[in-house]
Amino acid sequence: MATKPNTPGAKPAPSQDVEFSKWIPPVLLGWLIPGGGHFLLRRHARGGLLALSVVVMFLLGIMMRGATFQKPFFDMIDGQQRLDLLTKVINTGGFLGNIASGLPYLMTAWFSYDQPDVAGHVHDYGTKFLVAAGLLNILAMVDVFEIATRKKD
Amino acid sequence: MPKMSLTHFEASILFALLTSIVLGIVTKRTDNERLRYGLYCFGSFVFAMFALSWLMYLGHG
Repeated sequence: MATKPNTPGAKPAPSQDVEFSKWIPPVLLGWLIPGGGHFLLRRHARGGLLALSVVVMFLLGIMMRGATFQKPFFDMIDGQQRLDLLTKVINTGGFLGNIASGLPYLMTAWFSYDQPDVAGHVHDYGTKFLVAAGLLNILAMVDVFEIATRKKD
Repeated sequence: MPKMSLTHFEASILFALLTSIVLGIVTKRTDNERLRYGLYCFGSFVFAMFALSWLMYLGHG
């Protein structure tokens, strides 16, 4: 049986057999609400900082009128032209990055704050901020998983 | 939703700051290590930003 370490920062012994029910809820909550998984596991300070970082980055992307990727699996443009492989990869990766933000992205799509790609460096930064917010949230979800499975304190 | 127009420098600094916070939190185990790694990441971002900017400026001619 694993013992709880007394010293701060010491690596706890990972559990050999971790049930899905231990880590699925916090990881799913962490996806849906950035930082939510940490709050569920009572890591309030870390959860607050992660939520702040992800949400601020997402909001900056929206305010810079960044584009969102919504239809990565359609390889047709106007029903006529096929997309090349690189464009499909970029669209699919962008879509996965967007949707990894969880509720902020879903609300953006529901309330029609998303917009198509337009020229300009500010819009381009906005698009990158929106994707980066999702990627940061994936890092937060991995952190939640490691905490829930006792690989990290 | 208000519209925000940032310069390259402002957008890069904000990106570096927010990314460094998350990287510092999720990669280290103690608060001291997190703070130091976050500052290290931020400094690395800023250094890379200036280095690549000068490289592009000089390469452009």
